[in-house]
Amino acid sequence: MTTTERHIPDRLTTPLARVLKSWETLLLAVAVAIFIVNSLASPYFLNAWNLSDATFNFTEKGMIALAMALLIVAGEIDLSVASIIALASTAMGAAAQVGAGPAALVLIGLGVGLACGAFNAVLVTVMGLPSIVVTIGTMSLFRGISYIVLGDGVYGGYPAGFDYFGQGYVVWVLSFEFVLFLILAVIYAIVLHKTNFGRAVYAIGNNATGALFSGIRVNRVKFILFLLTGLMSGLAAVCLTSRLGSTRPSIGVGMELEVVTMVVLGGVNILGGSGSIPGVVIAAFVMGLVTFGLGLLNVPGIVMSIFIGALLIGVIALPRLWSMMRRG
Amino acid sequence: MIKRLATTREAMLLAAIVVLIALISTRFGDFATPRNLANVFNDTAPLILLAIGQMIVILTKCIDLSVAATLALTGMVVAMLNTAAPGVPVAVILLIAVALGAALGAVNGFFVWKLSIPPIVVTLGTMTIFRGIIFLISDGAWVNAHEMSAAFKGFPRHVILGLPMLGWIAILAVVLFHVVTTRTPLGRAFFAVGGNPHASVYTGIDVGRTQFWAYVISGALAGLTGYLWVARYAVAYVDIAGGFELDVVAACVIGGVSIAGGSGSVIGALLGALFLGVIKNALPVINISPFWQLAISGSAIIIAIALNARASRVKGRVILKRAEHAA
Repeated sequence: MTTTERHIPDRLTTPLARVLKSWETLLLAVAVAIFIVNSLASPYFLNAWNLSDATFNFTEKGMIALAMALLIVAGEIDLSVASIIALASTAMGAAAQVGAGPAALVLIGLGVGLACGAFNAVLVTVMGLPSIVVTIGTMSLFRGISYIVLGDGVYGGYPAGFDYFGQGYVVWVLSFEFVLFLILAVIYAIVLHKTNFGRAVYAIGNNATGALFSGIRVNRVKFILFLLTGLMSGLAAVCLTSRLGSTRPSIGVGMELEVVTMVVLGGVNILGGSGSIPGVVIAAFVMGLVTFGLGLLNVPGIVMSIFIGALLIGVIALPRLWSMMRRG
Repeated sequence: MIKRLATTREAMLLAAIVVLIALISTRFGDFATPRNLANVFNDTAPLILLAIGQMIVILTKCIDLSVAATLALTGMVVAMLNTAAPGVPVAVILLIAVALGAALGAVNGFFVWKLSIPPIVVTLGTMTIFRGIIFLISDGAWVNAHEMSAAFKGFPRHVILGLPMLGWIAILAVVLFHVVTTRTPLGRAFFAVGGNPHASVYTGIDVGRTQFWAYVISGALAGLTGYLWVARYAVAYVDIAGGFELDVVAACVIGGVSIAGGSGSVIGALLGALFLGVIKNALPVINISPFWQLAISGSAIIIAIALNARASRVKGRVILKRAEHAA
């Protein structure tokens, strides 16, 4: 990988100019633009219930993206999140077959997520293996276990009351998932931007060795981040399973791509060291609105994935192309 | 010294494969017949071809997650071409497949080289884009066996000396890229770029361009495999070889290719692929559900990197003697 140039500006920009020029502002403008285009393109778009439905497109992925953002800021990555969903969902399905209640199912989902996160964490921090290969491996392993358990079968028959997590509404059109996502976003924003732990995450992403020498317990922080990502995947599994009402081993397949896209679109540097939670939250809205708008226009899911893929490359490529052209 | 270590690692893997085959033979005697082993090799040929390309990409500190999608897209294009113009000779089809694959690889390489976008981001993106394009050009429809010409389907199955063409192409590719990686300046550049990018800049190697060529090779091999795959199974649709990129990475990691770049060999990738191929072919024989396959290759990746890391761990210099503490 080539080294990036760093310019130290002669004059610091004013706070207002900095806010206006920031990635988050640009992203917000994009979100508003997509919103307007969607309302013009489809007469069904601007409707409170319709918009509420649209949030389901990103709430589950968004929850994982919050934790993934911290992980990527710290210079690691977890590609196994979608497979953790599959395994957690399978465990919940198996428990539901023997009559577990909603509370037990939630605990099982979160517990499996946490256990998978811990497994990744041990391999990366204790054994010192590169997270990208570890999680490519566990991506096969976790989903593989689901396939062993379920084969081409399906788990259904979730108990009454379990449907609240994916289909319930807190007040009016605000779904449980959406409210949960917003609360988590606030918590993650405080953790990353206002606590010592958050500073440690940035420090590790910029210079892990330097962070270690300045007294940060690098491996412990990374361990916690993998646990959090696992836990969020478990939570997403609870919501997704509750929403779908059934479990197949192929549940959430390819979701890791959308989560990583969300994080990168949110302005988090894929190489670690920078990024913000507000950016990721706005990116979640942008992706949700784009896919929902395309859905209203009857664009098939696989064609949407072209947009997601192009978005992922485009958001990184365009600023670089722009600066290349300005330099001539 | 280094060479000796490398040879022992590959020798160990070879021994593991032989032991594996021997174990299977104890429960199913016909597994180790030359005829069946040729079948297993032929069945693993696509994995071998892709693993060679992936190995070269990983050598240069990159990764190519789009190989399976490249394979599928090229396969669909040549299958549709064959349906539209059944008269086109197989040689031309092969050429188109390799060229199209190389072009798709060049797209990845361009983003990595010219825009310095992290390889994982680029290939995650192109992976979905390529799959989406297959849907767009095919409208989600399948190209079935009866729509393909006999020559098109016959080429990879044409048996020479007991081994189908598909297997022979894998052998040719192993020999060719073994020579390329060990006997040519470009091959040395792949190792140099992955081993130490800064030092290779000072020795006059263009890091980005070397990575670009690695992607072109990986894409070309995936394109070639795309035709062979579609012709062999006589069907083309959006999801062919779905998730195959994970097996390819697994084959490389098992074959001792260091994910940090700069170390690996074509023979290692070959053996890694064969290891997975033997397991895959053995599962139905020893009556294990094929649903176990995914978990097994996942476990194989994790075990292999754990072993690799243990073998290549750099020992720190002792700057404080333990004895001083003890006293």
